[in-house]
Formats: sequence, C-alpha cells, structure tokens
Amino acid sequence: MTDPSTAASGSSVEADQFVTGAENAKPTTTKPRSLASDAWRDLRRRPLFIVSAALILLVLLMAAFPFLFTQADPNYAELSRSRGTPSAQAWFGYDNQGYDIYARTIYGARASIIVGLVATALTVLIGGTLGLLAGYYGGWLDGLMSRIADIFFGLPFVLGAIVILSSFGSTGTTSQTQILFLVILSISLLSWPTAMRIMRSAAITARQQDYVKAARALGASGPRIILRHMLPNAVAPVLVYATIALGAFIGAEATLSFLGLGLRAPVVSWGVMIADSRDIIRVAPHTLLFPAAFLTATVLAFVMLGDAVREALDPKMR
Amino acid sequence: MGRYVLRRLLQLIPVFLGTTFLIYWLVWSLPGDPFAGKCGERPCPDAYISLMREKFHLDEPVIVQYLRYLGNLFQGDFGETFRGSSVGDLIAIAYPNTIRLALVALVIEAIIGLAAGIMTGLRGRGFLDNVVLISTLFLISLPVFVTGFVLQIVLGFELGWIKTTVSKSPAPWDELIAPGFVLGSLSMAYVARLTRTSIAENKRADFVRTAVAKGQPQSRVVGVHLLRNSAIPVLTFLGTDLGALMGGAIVTEGIFDIKGIGNLVYDGIIGKDGLVVTGVVTLLVVVYLMSNLLVDLLYAVLDPRIRYD
Repeated sequence: MTDPSTAASGSSVEADQFVTGAENAKPTTTKPRSLASDAWRDLRRRPLFIVSAALILLVLLMAAFPFLFTQADPNYAELSRSRGTPSAQAWFGYDNQGYDIYARTIYGARASIIVGLVATALTVLIGGTLGLLAGYYGGWLDGLMSRIADIFFGLPFVLGAIVILSSFGSTGTTSQTQILFLVILSISLLSWPTAMRIMRSAAITARQQDYVKAARALGASGPRIILRHMLPNAVAPVLVYATIALGAFIGAEATLSFLGLGLRAPVVSWGVMIADSRDIIRVAPHTLLFPAAFLTATVLAFVMLGDAVREALDPKMR
Repeated sequence: MGRYVLRRLLQLIPVFLGTTFLIYWLVWSLPGDPFAGKCGERPCPDAYISLMREKFHLDEPVIVQYLRYLGNLFQGDFGETFRGSSVGDLIAIAYPNTIRLALVALVIEAIIGLAAGIMTGLRGRGFLDNVVLISTLFLISLPVFVTGFVLQIVLGFELGWIKTTVSKSPAPWDELIAPGFVLGSLSMAYVARLTRTSIAENKRADFVRTAVAKGQPQSRVVGVHLLRNSAIPVLTFLGTDLGALMGGAIVTEGIFDIKGIGNLVYDGIIGKDGLVVTGVVTLLVVVYLMSNLLVDLLYAVLDPRIRYD
C-alpha cells in the first residue's frame, strides 16, 4: 500500500553527532545538534509540516473528545429524516437511517485512528525487531526471516486481508473489540515485511560503520550494540515509512469495512459510513461525500507529514 | 546469470509452498461449518455432508489435504466447487477480464505518470511541479473505492459518458478505460514521482554533462541519454505493479461489476467455496513471484552496470 522504495533511503549518519572531544572544546557559539533536533529545526520551517501537523492534531482531538465538536448523538436515528440534505440543524445532512452524518463523522474518527495507530505500532514493532536482528546477525537467521517475510509479502494485500478476516470472522464474533482487533491483526500481519525490509537494509548499512566496529572492539555485547548504536542510526527510514503507512492503514481499514469484512455497525467508522452509503449514492451523494472527505483529508495529512519528515531526515535532500 | 536465475527459482519454491499453505490452512482448517447455508433454508442432509466430506477429503489432516491439492495442481487440476463446476474453468473465464483490466490500468498509469514525471523532472521547481506534486498527494490519499464511486457518479450517472457497469464477459476494452484509470490511479502517482526524482537526479549526472559538452542537440541528450537511464527504476516498478494490480483489482471489479477473478474470489469467500479462493490466490501468488523475478532480470538487461553472478 505504501511505497517502500522512497522510504528506504539508507541510514544517514550526521557528522555533527561524532564531533570529537577536542573539537567540542573549542569555544563555539552553537551547540552541536543531533540528527533529531536538526530535523526538528528544519521541520518547523516547512509549511507542509505545519499544515499536516495541524490537521492531524485536529483529527486526534476529534478522536479523543468527540463531544467537543458536536452535541448530537451519533447513534440516534429517526427514519422520518432519512436522507435529509445538509441544513443548519445537521450540517452534513442525514443518512439512509436518519443518523446525523456530522455527528457520525466526528465520532467515526476514533475507530479509524485507533486502527491506524495500533496497526502501525504493531507493524513497526514486529518488522523493526526482526529487521534489526536479521541485519545484525545475518547468516541463516537472515535467510530464514527474509523467506518468511517473502511468504507474507507475496500475498496481495486486499486479498490476504479478506481471507484472514473472513476465516477468523466466521467464528462468529460480534464483539466490537474483537472485530477491531482482527482488523488490526490482519493489517499488521500483511504489512510487517515492508517494515522489516527497510529496517534490515538500514541495519546492514549501520553494521558496517566504524562506530559499530569500535563498539565491538571495546567489548560491547550484541544487544548493547543493537540497541545503543544501531537502532538510533537505523530508525529514521522506518519512522518515515511508519508515518506514511499510518495514513495508508486508515485507508485500508475503510476499504475492508467497505467490502463488509472489516468493522461493521454498531461501530461508527468512516469506512462503515461509506459502505452504508453505497446503495443510495445516486439519490443522496452527500452520504458518501462527507465521510470520504474526512477520510481523504486524514490520509493526506499523514502522507504529507511523512513526506516532510523524510525530507528533514535525509541530508541529501537539503 | 544462469546461476543467479537458478538460485532465484530455488528461492521461489519455499515462498510458494509457504504462501499457498498459509492460504490453504486459513481457508480450510478454521472453525465454522463449511456446509452452513449450502442447502437453502434447511440443514444439509447427513448423506450429502458425508458425501461431500468424502469427496473433499475433509476428514484428513490439513497437511495431507494440502499435499493432495498441490499434487492435483501440478497436473493442472484446480479441483471442483461444492456445486460441481470446475474451478479451473471458472478461472479461465474470469481471468482474461482481470488481465485486460490490469493491462489497461498499466498503460494508463504509464502514459500519464511518465508524462507528468518527465515534464516536472525536466523543468525543475515551478508552478507545474507544484501542481503535479499536490495532485499526486491527492491520488495517494484517495482510497480506490472513493475514486471509483466518484468517477462512476460523475462520468456515468451525471454525464453519461461511460457505462456504469461492465457486466459483459469478455469485457470490451473501451468500457475498461474508466475502471482501469481507477485501478491505476494510486500507482500513477508513484510512477510520476519516481520518474520525477529519477530524471532530476540523472540531469546532473556526468554522462548528461558529457553529452551536452559534445554539442549534441537537446532532443538527443534528453531522449537518448537522460530518458533511457531514468526509465530503469520506472520500468521495474511497472513490472512489479502488474502482479499487484491483479491482486488489488477486487475493489475496482466490485464497483464496476467486472466479472474478473476479484469478483470470483469474493463470491468464493461469501459462499465458503474454499477451492475457488485457494485456486485464485495461488495463481496470483505465482504471477506476482514470477513478475518480480522477471523484473530483477530485466534490470540487468537494461542497466549494463548491474551484473549478477
């Protein structure tokens, strides 16, 4: 879903980080900056970053405190107002069942954001750990993990998610948390190979650097080298991937809900709303328009943030 | 080269076995009654169930079932559905539609993506560059089904330019243009961006400077030296994308009601016809793996600097 090739730029080593003590002793007016703080300074000046960060903050606020934005109850339906067009009472109109679309769009942010955040965290955690281990130890461990990643990578995303969801879904779960968990699980299960490949190539680059050799010569243990030396230098490309993937996963959740296999009522989510609008698009296009616009804007915000972060973290692009 | 191909082919074997077994296991060994709703409004008679369990070997362990399935598969036999029609025939009817759709999508994304990428890559920063960057951002963020619905409403219902559904099989090429655009829209954005970065990078390369210094005309510098070298990553992306497009066609096929394998596999999942699902997914995995291998080989052919040994 996401484009790994652009995120997979090799790890970047900032010269500033390795200033020797002698150079540090010189009276300098500016402190040596780390890659992270350098990137942060760079980011604050980018309009792309400011716009996307503001959008994301708004959506997060909507997910955390939906009642700040609307007084209406998203689960109160009245058939008499079915398919009502936007008005002063209901800004976005009413859907087929007479639900208030504005209220449901606001409350729908929560499910989409939860799926996106948890699925991304899980993907990065699984993929990152395995990629780091494969990149550091190499050999048969690397071969084995790469083959396992290939197996999951070979499955087309939508198709794989449909098979996983329908197989586990046929056990007859109706509990909301369980459906949410299944959706998250199937997305992460099919996406971790991308994170692993990115982390693996970054880790291989980092492993050949002199500071890793120096650390090993000083007698540092494997875990210490991995956690203290390789991880901070290999994490940047994965972070970029994670930001873009977060947006893509929110879109994937909507796609799965749309196909009727992901989230479903009584869960309120953008995907569910779009799926509900499917049969009445011709008579009431606004039932599709508003949730789709919010969905697109959110995905857009995360993709833009990923773009901005990549440019800030990659010294070659400066 | 020969040894490289052999090694890659050997590596494909465990991946193929792993993926197909994963799908087989997911489809067949999970809880849930495979005969639910198979006999209309009443539970299936015991005789039918025992007949079917016998016929599909459902009482054997999954691994034995899987090996038996694999053995049949290598003889070109995809098995039968519960209703008795051959899965191979179903795929043979549906697959051409998906291939056509994927090809149309590929052509559209290649033409538009390459054109946009070349124009912005050559010109550098400016108005056009911003337009392309912003529109690719939008294309990346729009979920495919939203693009599909919007095009269907606007072009189909409002303007009447396209037919809203393509229910004929084999699907006529001209009716596949709008669905192909929808399917290829995401990759189109990637192609445009990839071409743009690739050209922008190569524009400063030594061989371009040499060509200019030799006094060659602009058209030859761009057409022969710059484009041919910049096209390599784009071509490899397009190659891998063909496999991905077929696997991702399920949503587009659903919206425009195209009778392709996406529709087939969806019906198979809804109707709990496991062999249809495993058959189609196996086929798609093979296509995906082979196209990846071909692209890697193509890479060496296109770029003489890359040598496999």
